[in-house]
Amino acid sequence: MKIQDLFHGRRQPSSGEIARERLRLVLAYDRAQISPGLLDTLKDEIIAVISRHVAIDPEGVEVTFTEGPRLSRLTANIPLRTQRGQRPR
Amino acid sequence: MPARAVTITSGKGGVGKTTVTANLGTALAAQGQRVVIIDADIGLRNLDVMMGLENRIVYDLVDVVEGRCRLRQALVRDKRLPELYLLPAAQTRDKTAVNPEQMVQVCDELREGADFLLIDSPAGIEQGFRVAVAPADEVLIVTNPEVAAVRDADRVIGLLEAEEKGPLHLILNRVKPEMVRRGDMLETNAVLELLAIQLIGVVPEDEAVLAAANTGRPVALSDNSMAGRAFHNIAHRLRGEEVPFLPLREPGLLGRLRRLVRPEGE
Repeated sequence: MKIQDLFHGRRQPSSGEIARERLRLVLAYDRAQISPGLLDTLKDEIIAVISRHVAIDPEGVEVTFTEGPRLSRLTANIPLRTQRGQRPR
Repeated sequence: MPARAVTITSGKGGVGKTTVTANLGTALAAQGQRVVIIDADIGLRNLDVMMGLENRIVYDLVDVVEGRCRLRQALVRDKRLPELYLLPAAQTRDKTAVNPEQMVQVCDELREGADFLLIDSPAGIEQGFRVAVAPADEVLIVTNPEVAAVRDADRVIGLLEAEEKGPLHLILNRVKPEMVRRGDMLETNAVLELLAIQLIGVVPEDEAVLAAANTGRPVALSDNSMAGRAFHNIAHRLRGEEVPFLPLREPGLLGRLRRLVRPEGE
């Protein structure tokens, strides 16, 4: 359950549940030595590097961090700006 | 068999490391173990007052390390339990007065005559913490069911795992069952899931602990309190016995009546 789900559900989350969700995030970032600020920096630099070679939609770029039990992952989602008539497969 | 060195640490201050050390030492000694508790919090000596031994200190750990006395002379024997000794910290020096090698050496010298060495670590993750964990065969991480305390515990666990120290066990201290029931406190299972280490004890918040600190008589001297029983259970588990975890629910009216009739209940 994500913290947003807790807020959007009908039931108010208890402070214990909020503590648990906040800790889940904080520990994930601590363990990977990543901060939300670093994600922004990475996003800006990825946009700069890739757009030197390909036309991308900078507004649509997303860099996210997820922690799994065995593996943590950085995911960059970079939408390309395609030319008319040349839709990517 | 030479003593096992067990370091009690937490990262965050104020979670109850010294209380846990004093009470585990007391419980182990009451169970017939030969115990030396070592105050590694140099400059902020506290274990002596928790044990009610503050008037008996002549020499301390730094005196031993700097050769002003023999190790035996610095050991303070407990008033109540004949097999319990305290090696006090210096109060007027700082944490750089002892290095990890010296701590290992002191502990090696103590191992022959004891079953357990319990080392009370200072808060933080700097030199004082490094010194306290250097001789450890086993580390107990004390935390409270609070965001900041759990976060710091995770950091300490990460550092200890990187150094391949272990085994590591968790003590969840100062749990308020009533708040957990209302959903306003992290549950034991949530903390265990987040920290991913093995639990060795849950200690309820208990006014008896505060009163015990006032008088210098650790609660583990008797098992009249919930916290005292919890510390005894941890001591049994440290000795390798299987003890079921205490139910932390507040006693209802019936339970309270039963306890009045039979104070040593459970």
